[in-house]
Amino acid sequence: MSQPQIEIQLIAMLVAVACAIPGTFLVLRKMAMISDAISHSILPGIVIGFFITQDLSSPLLIVLAAATGVLTVVMVEFIQKTGLVKEDTAIGLVFPALFSIGVIMIARHANDVHLDVDAVLLGELAFAPFDRFMVGGTDLGPKALWVIGSILLITLILLFSFFKELKVSTFDSQLAATLGFSPALMHYGLMTTASVTTVGAFDAVGAILVVALMIAPAATAYLLTEDLKKMLGIAVGVGLLSAIGGYWLANYLDASIAGAITSVLGLFFFAAFLFAPHRGWISVWRKRRRQRIEVSMLTFLLHLHNHKEESERHIDHLQDHINWQRVRAKSVLRLARNNNMIVIENKIISLTGKGEQFTDEAIQHITSDKTTALESMKDEFFLFRG
Amino acid sequence: MDIQEYFSLLFTDYTLRTITLGTALLGAVCGMLGSFAVLRKQSLLGDAISHAALPGIALAFIIMQTKNTSAFLLGALISGLAGTFWIRSIVKNTHLKSDTALGLILSLFFGFGMLLMTYIQKMPNANQAGLEKYLFGQAATLVESDIWLMFWVTLGALIILLLFWKEFKILLFDPEYTLTLGFNTRFIDVLMTSFMVLAIVLGLQTVGVVLMSAMLLAPAAAARQWTDKLWVMIVLAALFGAMSGIGGTAVSASYNNLSTGPVIVLVAAGFVGISFIFAPNRGLIAQRIRYVKNRNDLKLHKTLAFMYEIAKTHEDFQHPHAIKLFNNFQGYSRKSMKKLAEKNLITFDQKMWSLTKEGFEQAANLYNQNPQKP
Amino acid sequence: MKDKIAVQVDDLTVAYNYKPVLWDVDLKIPEGVLMAVVGPNGAGKSTLIKSVLGIVKPLAGSVKVFGKPYEKQRRHVAYVPQKGSVDWDFPTTALDVVTMGTYGRLGWMRRPGAKQKKEALEALEKVGMLPFKNRQISQLSGGQQQRIFLARALVQNASVYLMDEPFQGVDATTEKAIIRILKDLRRTGKTVIVVHHDLQTVPEYFDWVTFLNVKKIATGPVKEIFNDDHLTQTYGINYKVSIQP
Repeated sequence: MSQPQIEIQLIAMLVAVACAIPGTFLVLRKMAMISDAISHSILPGIVIGFFITQDLSSPLLIVLAAATGVLTVVMVEFIQKTGLVKEDTAIGLVFPALFSIGVIMIARHANDVHLDVDAVLLGELAFAPFDRFMVGGTDLGPKALWVIGSILLITLILLFSFFKELKVSTFDSQLAATLGFSPALMHYGLMTTASVTTVGAFDAVGAILVVALMIAPAATAYLLTEDLKKMLGIAVGVGLLSAIGGYWLANYLDASIAGAITSVLGLFFFAAFLFAPHRGWISVWRKRRRQRIEVSMLTFLLHLHNHKEESERHIDHLQDHINWQRVRAKSVLRLARNNNMIVIENKIISLTGKGEQFTDEAIQHITSDKTTALESMKDEFFLFRG
Repeated sequence: MDIQEYFSLLFTDYTLRTITLGTALLGAVCGMLGSFAVLRKQSLLGDAISHAALPGIALAFIIMQTKNTSAFLLGALISGLAGTFWIRSIVKNTHLKSDTALGLILSLFFGFGMLLMTYIQKMPNANQAGLEKYLFGQAATLVESDIWLMFWVTLGALIILLLFWKEFKILLFDPEYTLTLGFNTRFIDVLMTSFMVLAIVLGLQTVGVVLMSAMLLAPAAAARQWTDKLWVMIVLAALFGAMSGIGGTAVSASYNNLSTGPVIVLVAAGFVGISFIFAPNRGLIAQRIRYVKNRNDLKLHKTLAFMYEIAKTHEDFQHPHAIKLFNNFQGYSRKSMKKLAEKNLITFDQKMWSLTKEGFEQAANLYNQNPQKP
Repeated sequence: MKDKIAVQVDDLTVAYNYKPVLWDVDLKIPEGVLMAVVGPNGAGKSTLIKSVLGIVKPLAGSVKVFGKPYEKQRRHVAYVPQKGSVDWDFPTTALDVVTMGTYGRLGWMRRPGAKQKKEALEALEKVGMLPFKNRQISQLSGGQQQRIFLARALVQNASVYLMDEPFQGVDATTEKAIIRILKDLRRTGKTVIVVHHDLQTVPEYFDWVTFLNVKKIATGPVKEIFNDDHLTQTYGINYKVSIQP
């Protein structure tokens, strides 16, 4: 590997980690689309900053652009408060307007500004190593590395100092307020961090792909765990792996690095979406099917419990009266029998002692406790699951 | 060229006329269909769909190997719909919330599209791809066949809208109730969503992926402020959309180096701003006026109620009382005295005041009145 | 006397998220009763109504209206949803919302005409909302919005009326007006089923009651079954309510 190759991967990894951290909180706070809005609306801030500094990685430009990001959030909240439009319409109105202002500013000053909208939106990581950070003639490495490195450092310091506050205000903002941390302060702190990270990263990966790096690792992690610390860890891990994997994919295809990183992120998410152990699509589908049979059996047991008369307990009643298709009726019957809940004599079904006990307890549980599922009871009584 | 020149050229210059017609039609159809998105609280779905269309366009080029607008549109349509259904599936089957699903699909599809597009650029016949224009849109590339396509889609949307007007309206307002009346709500929903995706895909060439969502939302959000009738809202939204299209084209044609998409969006944003501030009833100014008026009314009511309490103690309620009784009463002022006198509720001179008959009756009613005025 | 069955629910089971919310419920609701469905929060009262209407798909069991499956009897069933289930900022007027009650009879693509408008105006008159017919719906009070929903159901001119908490958040005047209309409906032989929260008013308002807490506790005439025993079974231990005869 050549030195630029290593540098590019290093930058991509730093960006991925710097994005994954605020991204996790945005996803948990249901504010993912705000990051999309910020990533677009920072454009006028970048342009004005560039007029002044003529340098895309100057701290002043970053401050100005981040301020535009926070301004976006304030404007969205103002419009929401007027009640003139519904929640998300406000987001959809603000960012295209600000973005358009940015595009027009660039177009009107095309001669003085060597700034390309494509570059802002899409970024080009491959060029990052060419812009060096020189101090007194000494080459200290690519500028982008320093910029994103500083932002990551600040993010990490903030994360470790305010972890408890962030956690409480994310999961229970009312509790946070009574404990004395201002939810508003946390909110705007997070928005500022997200804006700064977006600005710091756009140069390398482009504004839209910053959104992918913020949301996709966090969403993937959220499918795998609900523990905040683990979620942060997984999000960072997914981000890092995608950064490296994406780089080599781009290298192989000779295509955009940012696009490749996003595509790898997409694969990670898709895999989690399908295969995540408890929340993945396949697992959910299987659980739903199993629960359907089990709940059907519960229903059937209760039916037996409620009806002592033989006509209601005849085996054919399952099909016509309860209105189940033959297939499901059969599997329900099999499940109940395998678990020793019922006995069948002369096509008349009766509950066993165990069946009676289970049904009684299930009724008790369901009518008294509406929140928790029946899982613990099933573990206790079932020999076979549906 | 200045704006006057633009309008004089509009009738003679073929290209200019084509572009103007195109942006106007696009604005109209987007405003119309955007009203549904806004009312269904799916405002950001348009943004996600437009981004999700990008890989479809790139794939269409890879498969067809030539630039072919219809193929691009078809690719965009398929991939836009795929994005939409994946979003729904994420929301339905996992515990991820809709905003996460939207942001996720938007950025992942877009990134994948980028990968494909940069890959295409390395292909030998890439120079004829012209894919970049879908990113920011290029109204200048509109040709007559594009206009006809837009026209047919607009006409189709209009016919569907008129045919299923009642069904659309009731589904937007109360989907569950619609189901109980025996309507197939899924059919109405798919019809509505498909036309929205179609309009977005059509707009990509003109305003681009990034700004497409504003074309849907802005005219509808502006129109909503002026009316409380659904059909007026949709007509107004179409009108605002068309005017944004024409206005944007006029401005951008009058200056060098101005792409049409952003200008159209800013004109539409201008409509939104004006509507938010000046619309009667709902606008911010109207809200403020109402607020001040209510506050003043409340002050007068308080004063009147206070007077009533005093007057009630006397056998003859019209018996005069001293004004100085009010010295410690909060909210009292000479001005409110005058206001009450103007309304013929009290009479007063330098030192004394008394309730009139109307004033006494109205004050008595303040207590046993329904909260809602008839 | 009351021997014709308006709504018959057999072995109905509905589950949300792997948990039964209604469990093997059997109900026979005679024609011409004004029935309250009572039970604690989460007892499945709204779910019962929604599964009768086919909004919620049941896991098992069936619903029959006048002896036939509900899908064939839609015309005979009207629905008053919870007031909070829709966005009242929607750009439409009171008259428009009430006219929606005629849409089911009109079927696909046919527009409401003068006849439908007349029906809607009559319904508005019945609920005392005629002066507000052109009012934008967000400018109505909670009670007025509920009356609009009631009028929309009246326009359906059904035989069975299902109402989800029509007294939720309405003023006393509206509550009286609604109950008067419900009693009128019963007098003309309609069947009215109401999800109800206020136990105190059950004996005064209703003649039939169903106690529900996931499973059916009891159903029958208020005079016979509205007692402390059933209330305790439904709401838990030692639930007492003083019942005026």
